[in-house]
Amino acid sequence: MPAEISSQDGFIAPKAFRRTRVIPGFTMSLGITIFFVSVIVIIPLLALLMRPWENGFSGFIDTLFDKRVFAALKISFLCSLLAALVNLFVGVLIAWVLVRYDFPGKKLVDAFIDMPFALPTAVSGIALSAIYAPNGWIGGFFDDFGIKIAYSPIGIFIALVFIGLPFIVRSVQPVLSELEAEVEEAAETLGASPLQTFNHVILPAIMPALLSGFSLAFARGMGEYGSVIFIAGNIPYVSEIAPLLIVVKLEEYDYAGAASVGIGMLMISFAILFALNLTQRYFAKKGL
Amino acid sequence: MRRKSAKSPQNIADYTLILFAFFWMALIIFLPLASVLFNAFKGGVSKYLETFADPDAMDALKLTLLVTAIVLPLNIVFGIASAWAITRFEFVGKTILLSIIDLPFSLSPVISGLVWVLMFGAQGWFGEFLQAHDIDVIYALPGIVLATLLVTLPFVARELIPLMDDNGTDEEVAAVTLGASGWDVFFRITLPNIKWALLYGVLLCMARAMGEFGAVSVVSGHIRGLTNTLPLHIEVAYNEYNTIGAFGAATILVGLAFVTLAIKTILEWRYADELSAQHRH
Repeated sequence: MPAEISSQDGFIAPKAFRRTRVIPGFTMSLGITIFFVSVIVIIPLLALLMRPWENGFSGFIDTLFDKRVFAALKISFLCSLLAALVNLFVGVLIAWVLVRYDFPGKKLVDAFIDMPFALPTAVSGIALSAIYAPNGWIGGFFDDFGIKIAYSPIGIFIALVFIGLPFIVRSVQPVLSELEAEVEEAAETLGASPLQTFNHVILPAIMPALLSGFSLAFARGMGEYGSVIFIAGNIPYVSEIAPLLIVVKLEEYDYAGAASVGIGMLMISFAILFALNLTQRYFAKKGL
Repeated sequence: MRRKSAKSPQNIADYTLILFAFFWMALIIFLPLASVLFNAFKGGVSKYLETFADPDAMDALKLTLLVTAIVLPLNIVFGIASAWAITRFEFVGKTILLSIIDLPFSLSPVISGLVWVLMFGAQGWFGEFLQAHDIDVIYALPGIVLATLLVTLPFVARELIPLMDDNGTDEEVAAVTLGASGWDVFFRITLPNIKWALLYGVLLCMARAMGEFGAVSVVSGHIRGLTNTLPLHIEVAYNEYNTIGAFGAATILVGLAFVTLAIKTILEWRYADELSAQHRH
């Protein structure tokens, strides 16, 4: 790649240049940056972090383990986890197809992978709801068998599968297309079946990208609102998601409760992120 | 290093994989899009066009455009300033600054709205002060703008930072050494080098700003004709069983999504070298 060669062989301004600040604008650019970051991100997040403790630490714990809140956190957690797992398999498969095969319509499929990012969540929400409602195209079919998709956790799961797909595909696709052909061919020459080659050569190589895509999809699922609330039906204890409870608490002017639910959601997301980090390190140690 | 090139499908296994990919895309992506169009035109073209005569829908569209018009320039200023500071200078705390810039990506939209209520709501930090001075933030335009700003803050910066880091500083250092002023350097050297990446970031930022639902929903109060943005109008119409109105308004946002994807794809194909490495196909 020409870009690599030029940055290796060409002249790069030594770091000393950056430190002596030959280029002007340090104070102004950093000033603007810190102003925006403080006003838009840091101070508002401090407001979130400081709010739940109004009724002491026990108030915070009581909110999280309140039956309705706990049920919502559990539903959000399980649906996000399941949806991210499904996307793990399907995402790798689609990334594989896009990288390894030539077929008509490939560029179109590739461009449309990003549709869940580009489509406003409220639009995805009402569209999915219309399809999977008991009188919808797919919902009607399953309704004949007595299976409810919309207004049940299955609906939440489907919305999160929709929203999570691009995260896995876009994490894995670049790594897959940069794999060295020699390693795979060596495995094939030594008599490995395609499945063995995939499991022992390709999977370890894409594992870090896979795990980071998984955690992004999961975190997005935990916090997703617009595409879920229409199809979920929002029945307390059954199909109510955690973000909706923030809205419910705010409507009751229970600011501390809303902030507690928000922090509970963030804690779950960080816990998963942390667990995946450990997993990644474990795989790295095993030399996988 | 040699890479495996894409091949045409040869056996049943190849065809099965490709067919499954098509099946999944049809089920997960195309079906919802088809459903929007189907429901919008369910009552015929004239019923569909009535959506655009609905004053509530048009007020919502105007508000959405206004919010976007306020948020975009602010994001461009922040994106360029932060990328300039981070890629052109060394300073303590850069890594932390980078993580903070990324943080809004991992926040739930509802939390991105909630924080503003905790700041400026009736019982928020500044609630009493605002009430005493009769200033509306929550349930008003400023709240919607702030929530949208928080949600979209990383978009431009995340496109510019990796690219400007890759480009290095040689050209700019040379220009400064030869006596160019800071603004000359920016407008004649930096900007031409980053213009496509800037457009890319602005495009993603615009799509998100116009489509944001969760964060705006929390701070808006859903006041018809005043604080309903287009996505919120869709929710209200849908909940009132005004299916054609909801999906009719949704077609505007679907159109926006198509335009976004089209321009994004064109930028990725044509100007791959001038975007940050993550978008080079």
